[in-house]
Amino acid sequence: MNQQNSTATREHLKPPVTEIGVLGWIRQNLFNSWFNSLLTVLALYGLYMTIPPLFKWAFADSLWFGSPDACRDIDGACWSIIPSNARFIFFGFFPEDQQWRPLTAMILLFVLVFHTQNRRSWNRALFPIWTCGLVVMGWLMHGGLGLPVVETAKWSGLPLTLMLSLFGMVGAYPLGILLALGRRSKLPAIHSLCVLYIELIRGVPLISMLFMSSIMFPLFLPEGINIDKVLRAQVAIILFTAAYIAEVVRGGLQAIPKGQYEAADSLGLNYGQAMRLIILPQALKIVIPPSVGILISAFKDTSLVVIIALYDVLKTTKVTLSNPEWMGFSSEAYLSLALLYFIFCYAMSSYSRKLEKALHTGH
Amino acid sequence: MPSAVPFWRDPKKRAIVFQIVILLLVFGIAYVLFSNTQANLRRQSIATGFGFLKAESGFEIGESVIPYSSADTYGRALLAGALNTLKVSFIGIVLTTILGVFIGIARLSHNWLVSRLASVFIEVMQNIPVLLQLFFWYAIFYEAFPAPRQALNPLPGIFLCNRGLILAVPASHPAHLPMLIALFAALASWWLLARWARRLQDLTGRTFPVVRVGLSLCLLLPALVWLAYGAPTALDVPVLRGFNFQGGVTVSPEFGALLIGLVLYTSAFVAEIVRAGIQAVTRGQIEAAMSIGLRPAQVLRLVVMPQALRVIIPPLTSQMLNLTKNSSLAIAIGFADFVSVANTTINQTGQAIEGVALIMAVYLCFSLSTSLFMNWYNKKMALVER
Repeated sequence: MNQQNSTATREHLKPPVTEIGVLGWIRQNLFNSWFNSLLTVLALYGLYMTIPPLFKWAFADSLWFGSPDACRDIDGACWSIIPSNARFIFFGFFPEDQQWRPLTAMILLFVLVFHTQNRRSWNRALFPIWTCGLVVMGWLMHGGLGLPVVETAKWSGLPLTLMLSLFGMVGAYPLGILLALGRRSKLPAIHSLCVLYIELIRGVPLISMLFMSSIMFPLFLPEGINIDKVLRAQVAIILFTAAYIAEVVRGGLQAIPKGQYEAADSLGLNYGQAMRLIILPQALKIVIPPSVGILISAFKDTSLVVIIALYDVLKTTKVTLSNPEWMGFSSEAYLSLALLYFIFCYAMSSYSRKLEKALHTGH
Repeated sequence: MPSAVPFWRDPKKRAIVFQIVILLLVFGIAYVLFSNTQANLRRQSIATGFGFLKAESGFEIGESVIPYSSADTYGRALLAGALNTLKVSFIGIVLTTILGVFIGIARLSHNWLVSRLASVFIEVMQNIPVLLQLFFWYAIFYEAFPAPRQALNPLPGIFLCNRGLILAVPASHPAHLPMLIALFAALASWWLLARWARRLQDLTGRTFPVVRVGLSLCLLLPALVWLAYGAPTALDVPVLRGFNFQGGVTVSPEFGALLIGLVLYTSAFVAEIVRAGIQAVTRGQIEAAMSIGLRPAQVLRLVVMPQALRVIIPPLTSQMLNLTKNSSLAIAIGFADFVSVANTTINQTGQAIEGVALIMAVYLCFSLSTSLFMNWYNKKMALVER
């Protein structure tokens, strides 16, 4: 009886406030040892020293719309550099009355990406949809068939950045798969050619490939034939990305159990059929998440075309900054651009993480 | 019978034919490109070959490890560029490893705030192109920092201005070389001591405090030499003269921005690698180590670290290689690294093929030596299995 009573009281006794709720959480996660308490205090002090002045600079004292002269009178950030030059930064030298075309192309791209990110739409229709989408985007950008032609030298800004990375990936994937198959091949000549290519490309920085495309490639072509700069850079990016994709795909091929190859052989499939019907569908499924990783780095790496004087979104920003009116607002411009890149890359990387979890069907 | 099978149905013969076709195709393309190039070079009357390396360069290099002036040859300019690349890569690798390990551990901290801050750092740095980061830091140096006259002076002897970071250093003294030799002697004896201690433990089971003795040797020997030379304490303090500082050591804005950008960007990737490596050591290993009576420090040193390092080192070296390759972006902010010097050389001489070939060869050297190291390390670290 007595014991029962005491259990009852114990059940009714509430846990101490310091162990539950907000206070308990703070105690457990921030102050559970003297060292952690010290760390928390230090981190809080660091935040206190940096966040308020930064907030004051970026929001309280800042100017979002206005002339550069108005900007020089304030202490805070001059974000108005972006809205005032948005057209140039996003579309560069694309003729102003035609800028609806890259805008439509980009919206089309986002619709396609949004459609594709849902795994339920991964079916046979996806390939023709994307092919049509890419053709329409190309038509919108280039013109012809009723639209005035805009030569590639005028393609600039965000569309160029997106195009270089998207077509870089689309072009590099088939080449990368071929290289990966070649590297796994038992034929010595094919194997060594592919190894040579992959290791050579992975050993050099992208910038050397871009240099090759911009200053060496014209020497390779017979007299009179001229391939324009954007296309050359695109080819360099494709050749570069393909080597990295090859390594990722090779990882996928290696992960397929030997039994699958043997089973394909015993069914009497030839090499092409075995790869197309048995091996590649499984291998490519495994390598989807790392491929998104490569897409992210390809997207970030397109910014390097600045160095060979292509007008991607980073270069248009730099051009804006070299305008005497807007000189001196680099931090604001670069931070806004960083935010843009961050949103794209973060969306892709968190999607790839989600996908990795969803596709992980093993044990 | 083999003779009954026509050769196009014999997989072995078919493979040979296929390879020959591919090789012919590759060599054919190479030949077409080569002959086009020859014709183009003749037409533009560009001489081929590396003879230009001996010609006078006629351009200045912002900063150089070796003495260099515009009267020197292209070869020496390229060497200075390569040394600059090595310098920024080496310092960058050291700083990246330290910062990356620190942030990786912070990411695993039980302290919610610290681990959240670390993960914000990792996400932000990984998702912004490194070139944009370089531009940003360079702009900070040039726009946010004042002119030398109003230089920021956060600590005595340290000045921050738009000419870079200027530090006071000990004035050069004859004691410095012997001190360096003493340090190397201490390191060598540490290594010998470690070998001896391992043998001692193998033979007798007794342990010897190698790390403590080694560290104190490293501190004591140079200090003794320093005292023996009369303990020189003179400092070379930078002084403002005219429009710039004289004396001290200057870290130029270009070098500073490149280093900060590369280190912050790469350390985010290193932090993720370190975190994954430490998490790869299973809980059971740590519990087993504690149950045989090892102290926490020993658990870390003898059980966790060797296993975590096996996971960490291969991707870590590839990140180090990435840092070296990314240092080629120096050209965008005007630091005279190898690519930048090679680019100037190409522009002046028109030797595009040789220039690009040199760039590729130098970076291939870096990456091949790294992969040789990796193979050696993997062999050394491979699990000895039955």
